[in-house]
Amino acid sequence: MSALGSTEVDQLVHPHPPPSRPVRARRWPVVLAYVVLIGATAGVLAPILWAVYTSLRPISDTLENGYFSLPSGGLTLDNYTTAWERADLGRYFVNTMVIVLPAVFVVLLLSSFIAYAVSRFSFRFNLAVLLLFTAGNLLPQQVVITPLYLMYSKLLWLPFALSEDGYWINSQTGLVMIHIAFQMGFCTFVMSSYMKTIPGELTEAALVDGASVLRQFFSVILPLCRAPLAALATLEFTWIYNDFFWALVLMIGNPADQPITTALNSLTGTYFTNDNLVAAGSVLTALPTILVFIILQKQFVGGLTLGANKG
Amino acid sequence: MATTTSAPARPERRRRLRRLTRADKIVLAVFIGVPTFLHVFLIWVPTVGSVVLSFSSWDGISPLDQLEWVASQNYEQIFTIYPDFWPAVRNNVIWLVFFLIVPTTIALLLAYLLDKNLTGTRFYQSAIFVPVVLSAALVGFIWELIYKDETGLLNNVIRSTVNSDFHRQWLAESGNLYAVLIAASWRHIGYVMILFLAGLKSVDPAQREAAALDGANEWQIFRHVIFPALAPVNVVVLVVTVIESLRAFDIVFVINKGRNGLELVSVLIYDNVVGEASRIGYGSALAVILLIITMIAVLPYLYRTFREELPQ
Repeated sequence: MSALGSTEVDQLVHPHPPPSRPVRARRWPVVLAYVVLIGATAGVLAPILWAVYTSLRPISDTLENGYFSLPSGGLTLDNYTTAWERADLGRYFVNTMVIVLPAVFVVLLLSSFIAYAVSRFSFRFNLAVLLLFTAGNLLPQQVVITPLYLMYSKLLWLPFALSEDGYWINSQTGLVMIHIAFQMGFCTFVMSSYMKTIPGELTEAALVDGASVLRQFFSVILPLCRAPLAALATLEFTWIYNDFFWALVLMIGNPADQPITTALNSLTGTYFTNDNLVAAGSVLTALPTILVFIILQKQFVGGLTLGANKG
Repeated sequence: MATTTSAPARPERRRRLRRLTRADKIVLAVFIGVPTFLHVFLIWVPTVGSVVLSFSSWDGISPLDQLEWVASQNYEQIFTIYPDFWPAVRNNVIWLVFFLIVPTTIALLLAYLLDKNLTGTRFYQSAIFVPVVLSAALVGFIWELIYKDETGLLNNVIRSTVNSDFHRQWLAESGNLYAVLIAASWRHIGYVMILFLAGLKSVDPAQREAAALDGANEWQIFRHVIFPALAPVNVVVLVVTVIESLRAFDIVFVINKGRNGLELVSVLIYDNVVGEASRIGYGSALAVILLIITMIAVLPYLYRTFREELPQ
């Protein structure tokens, strides 16, 4: 089947009203349902709340009373300022943005290109191309890492302005490139499923008017793809932000330019010497993706199901 | 799932290409060529590279002419004398089985309950989904705050309720894999739950009501009406779960670099690429083993997904 349309995504977030309840709904199952749902919600939130709580407690307080205690002497944001300053977290957040924003932009653009070409035009290799991308997206990163690491450190040359070693290895450029290549699989899959649902008459009319392929793409197709593009932008921001593995291996010799998710690993233990600081660092790192999720929840959930509903 | 046919039949497709101008064709060639080149060059070339290098012995540092071809020696050594290999495979299998059973069942139950639209459903759904937006590495950090012996939440709760002398290093003692699996499931449940929920939304309410009128109880309706309708989602969940289990790396790496009971094949590959002793042949052979296992799961899915588009 095709990808979910925006109305279906809507439904997912604002589900259809339940069918009229039978009179006198059996009460027991409903009570049990509430118990399970509330219990699950509490259980899922507990680790996050515990981290937040720990991060807000002064070290003197936890030293004296232990971590499992009520606050004596109030809560404080001191751990956040300490963590931020000691580990120079601002630097790593800038690194992250320098990597994530271009990667998301380019991956959406290139995926739209190829999705447009294979879904609106008929070539002999359409299916092969689509298969290649979809399968590529499903590979574990570790399958490609050994040769990729060698290519990055010995083969792929990069101007010294962009890299310390003159190669893609240890450079943010190299990291952006692998994100683009790797994430393209998923985005192409989603975009092509969506573009197939746009009626052919729309572009045919443009073609009759003499619009070039390029114009058709930018002024007819892309504006119609706002919904999946928004969903994918949200998802890709989160996924690339959350990447740990690529940056760990491909930026191994350049910790100063690592993104926050990877940097946090080496900062912990070096600068974050107690649980309070680890918690503060973790909460700070989690904040951007949680904020994006809260603000763009609909896009996020819609995107995940867009990608998964083919089949 | 809802079965909207994706597009009207387009008999003129073949002819349309001929109406394209030269410039159009160049644009299309770039649209296909650039992304395909990038993807093939950085994903598929290294994949094939792993296969080729798996038959070699090389430290990755000395000049390329020191690379030796050793036929299947890497594989033989991995299967026979590499001490971490079988524990890693065992852990990956445990990871997979655990993931297929525990978070998946919980996610299905939660999705089923959320689908009832009780008061507060949107809040429960959002809250349970939050861990999905956190990186697996961060999940490791957050759960360390729970599992630590002296300062961790879990032992403190146990000490203050059940046994005041309780001590356990959840992440260092045997059984630590299951402690990690609970943390990993914490994140996986929300993801799978959303997939199931999307599937449940597409179950025809009329069918349920019909079954209810026929006197079927809730379990019977679930078993005979809802679950069969979830078949397409189940396939997606299966693939997602298998892939996530094989890819698992970040969380164990953050906790103890994947040692002492937390070995995984993915970690061994990492160790052989950039670890103390870089053994390119070993790392590649391990990657090929991972690739083969992945393909066993992925190929049937791809076939299923693209079946209808295959030329007859």
